[in-house]
Amino acid sequence: MGERLALSGNEAAAYAMKQINPDVVAAYPITPQTEMMHAFAQYVADGEVDTEMVNVESEHSAMSACIGSAASGARTMTATSANGFALMWEVVYIAASSRLPICMALVNRALSGPINIHCDHSDSMGGRDAGWIQFYCENAQEAYDLFALSPKIAEHPDVQLPVMVCYDGFIISHTVEMVDSLTDAQVQKFIGPYQPRIDLLDYKNPFTFGPLDFHDYYFEHKRQQVEAMEHAHKVIPQVFAEFEKLSKRKYSFFEGYQLEDAEIVLLVLGSTAGTAKVAVDELRSQGKKVGLLKLTVFRPFPVKKLQQALSGRRAVAVLDRCASFGGFGGPVFSELRSALFGLSDAPLIRGYIYGLGGRDMGIALIRQAAEETLETAKKGQPTEEIGYLGVRE
Amino acid sequence: MKPRGWKELPIGGIIPEAGNAEEYETGSWRTYKPIFDQEKCIHCLLCWVFCPDSSIIVKDGKVVGIDYDHCKGCGICAHECPPKASAITMKLESECLAEEKGNK
Repeated sequence: MGERLALSGNEAAAYAMKQINPDVVAAYPITPQTEMMHAFAQYVADGEVDTEMVNVESEHSAMSACIGSAASGARTMTATSANGFALMWEVVYIAASSRLPICMALVNRALSGPINIHCDHSDSMGGRDAGWIQFYCENAQEAYDLFALSPKIAEHPDVQLPVMVCYDGFIISHTVEMVDSLTDAQVQKFIGPYQPRIDLLDYKNPFTFGPLDFHDYYFEHKRQQVEAMEHAHKVIPQVFAEFEKLSKRKYSFFEGYQLEDAEIVLLVLGSTAGTAKVAVDELRSQGKKVGLLKLTVFRPFPVKKLQQALSGRRAVAVLDRCASFGGFGGPVFSELRSALFGLSDAPLIRGYIYGLGGRDMGIALIRQAAEETLETAKKGQPTEEIGYLGVRE
Repeated sequence: MKPRGWKELPIGGIIPEAGNAEEYETGSWRTYKPIFDQEKCIHCLLCWVFCPDSSIIVKDGKVVGIDYDHCKGCGICAHECPPKASAITMKLESECLAEEKGNK
């Protein structure tokens, strides 16, 4: 086993990146990701990695360089946040559709405007249909673990998709926690040597990369991307199981907390899960049958597993740290509601928007959501389907 | 070429075979069709040099015709053909089609 280290989320992700020792990292600084690339750049400067670090002039260039690198047979990683991710946008889709297994730390931050540097999920949620696998972390340990194992999923021959490991800006990225690490050798052995599917530098086997793809073939390539996500449904649990053997830390599509006999369930992503566990304990001590479902994997969305886990519950509250303007609730609410629709024993469901722009999400607000959801269960219908936690009226 | 389904295609939109643009027939894009008059041709090969789609068919150093499966009808060949020869003229594709129908 590796050491137990005191690391911020950013340092933990940078440490995982160091242990992966990618061939190429191309990145541009943006708060709150900057500290992570700062830490990694130090490993490069100190000669602790063999990585070719490309200091580009923008995030659009960062992802473009990553695409060129990954298409040339190099294990490639990057990191960004919010507006940086937005500037990458065009090429984020191209990375996925070119089926390049790039791994990226996405340090969640509210998208402008008004300009804000604190946490919400508006950045990564906007990218949910870009074709990337998305993990959401509760703490620095998960940021370390999920980033360290991400290349093994991304590079799996049946998957070949980029992976985004999302962790909450400042709340996780800048908070120092104890992190159990693996040794460099363990990480190297776990991910194995990179075996690229394509290599533009292999001049003996030339191919055309990124050609025009019209109405006659574009649809087929998109269908392949759908299938790759189907494969990811199978590969992700396999890799998680292998990782558990190595680290004794268990991951799955979602984690249940006091879930087994819960009548109402709170569904959250990211660091709020930690706070919600405390809130659930409090409610349990009052005899209220409240449970928590922490969604770790949002893409691919584990529809069947969620249906199984939530069928027969009386009510579910989905807490979204992202608004979908003009939509029906936040993105996770709307997908979960769709997943549960039509089930004979589907729970009642209500959505909450919370924590935008780093608005604090305390135990009291989570308790409020749980109490209202218990009321929903009692009445047999929600008083309002979409609520807001912590906004001033 | 029969269009392939998603299960048969290489992933990521790559094209592993070299030079397969030939399989993609672009002749139907034409509005104007180059009509080649063998009698007038002086075989200077300027049309062959300038054709962006390699659609001038040359045999033993002589122009013998136009590859209508790939010619997009840009008219560069007719433009480059020396005025004293004027061996290539552009004609509306619709007129050509109407004439073909009339001949049948």
